[in-house]
Parts: sequence; C-alpha cells; structure tokens
Amino acid sequence: MELTVDKDLDAHTLTVVATFDHPVEKVWELYADPRKLERWWGPPTHPATMLEHDFVPGGSVHYVMTAPDGEQFHGRWDVLEVEPRHRFSVVDAFADVDGVAVPEMPLTRMEFSFEPTATGTRMVTVSRYDSLEALQQVLDMGVEEGLRGAMSQMDAVLEEG
Amino acid sequence: MVVSIELSDADVDRLFHALADATRRDIVRRSVDGDLSVSRLAEDYPMSFAAVQKHVAVLERVGLVTKVRRGRELLVRSEPETLRRARLALDQLAEVWEGRVQRMAALLDDDSTPEHQTRTKREG
Repeated sequence: MELTVDKDLDAHTLTVVATFDHPVEKVWELYADPRKLERWWGPPTHPATMLEHDFVPGGSVHYVMTAPDGEQFHGRWDVLEVEPRHRFSVVDAFADVDGVAVPEMPLTRMEFSFEPTATGTRMVTVSRYDSLEALQQVLDMGVEEGLRGAMSQMDAVLEEG
Repeated sequence: MVVSIELSDADVDRLFHALADATRRDIVRRSVDGDLSVSRLAEDYPMSFAAVQKHVAVLERVGLVTKVRRGRELLVRSEPETLRRARLALDQLAEVWEGRVQRMAALLDDDSTPEHQTRTKREG
C-alpha cells in the first residue's frame, strides 16, 4: 500500500492517491458493500454503521458513527454518479437521525476513481470544500466524532487481522 | 509582535476570501521580511495605489498582514501564524484520510485470508 496526500490550500481541496495490492473489484467492494464500508469509514473508536446504502446515481447513503460514550453522529451521501469499478462521486453532509441533511452545515463534494495497475489498484480521492470555513467546520465536528487520531488507532486494527 | 488568536467561523471564512486572490497571496509572500511599504508593493502590480491599498486592508482585517510604522512610512509585514492555521486544517483532514486508507488496506489483506477474517469490534 502506498499513499500520497496533496493539500491545496488555495483550491481548498485534498487529493489522496493510494495504491493497493488488490484488484479493482476488491477495492470497489469496500464502497459498494455497506458491510465492508462500515468497517473502515469510521475509526475503531467511532465505528460507522450503514443504515441505508442505495449506491446508485440519485440514491443516498445514511450512516451513523457511534462514540465510546454511545453518542451518535449521522452522515449522509447524496450519490451523484456511479460507474461500477471505475468511479463515483457523492456529496457528504451532516445528517439528523432520519438521514436528512442538516441545513447550513458544510457539504463536501467527494470524487473517487479507480484504475487497475500491474500489481493492483490505484485509487484517487478528491475532497472539495465550499470554503475554508466549511473545511474548518467539518474538522471541528470531526474532533467530536473521533476522526482525528485515526492513525494512532491503526495498530489495533492491524492486530485484529 | 505575533498575537495568538482563536479564529471564529466567520474569521476563517474571511481568511479564505482573503487568500482566494492572486495579488493578495503575492502581497503576503512579498511581505515576509516586513520591509516594504504599500507604495513599494504597489509598484509591481498593474493597478492603482488605491487598489493595492484595498488589498492590503483586506489582508490586514484577517490578520494575514500587519502594518508597522517606521518614520513616515507604513511597512507591511505578513503574519505566517494565520497561514499556518489554514494549513493545519488541511493537515488534519489528510490525517483522517490516511487513517481510512490504512484501514482499507488492512481490510483487503484481511479478506484475502478468510481464516483470519474478523469484524471490527463494536460496543453494544
């Protein structure tokens, strides 16, 4: 697995390029299969559960992340485009318990693309924020959701495997 | 003098707006040493002194630059602390994705060896 992250302050965009030693079909399943998606979207301390997963253009995904104290944080994807095993794009939003986007909260447009390589798969993820304010707000929420510090929790996940 | 400040959401939005303009970003870059006046800065841009002065005022409001009086001149100096905060926000997001990609890789390895397959543990 290789990983490069490009941070563009001016374009308020984060681009993640990752290569995996597994075929595109397997990497695609990590998104297309809700049981797999929920195993990595949230960090181990705040696991995600996919309550609704209509992974087609015009569909929506409703997930909840649960904190160690039981507090729950809901999120929603509006699925814009899906080309299986090739690319998809969504708008990620903070949601209420019914999976309805919370108004006036920042949105994140995310584009994902996948291509086969000689040894596996190259995945490109582009996250774009409306403004730096939006990014800051997402991160402030992320602190609550335990998204930060995810790296330090990796050891536990790897040990599970 | 660098003043450490907590940025409100509105502050951060203004900060982004200030950084969204190429001339203003250039002014921030050229003002690192803090030895240029507004007139001196204005010489390098194809616009009026008043226009450059406005750009400096926008940067000043969000704390990206400060003006320091030296004799009869007002010198412009950029404040890297504010820029650093903006970068920090993206750094944190990068960390979130690094965690996700690591978990994806672990999961892929996991699933290709079914005898060791485990599910992420959840507290009931």
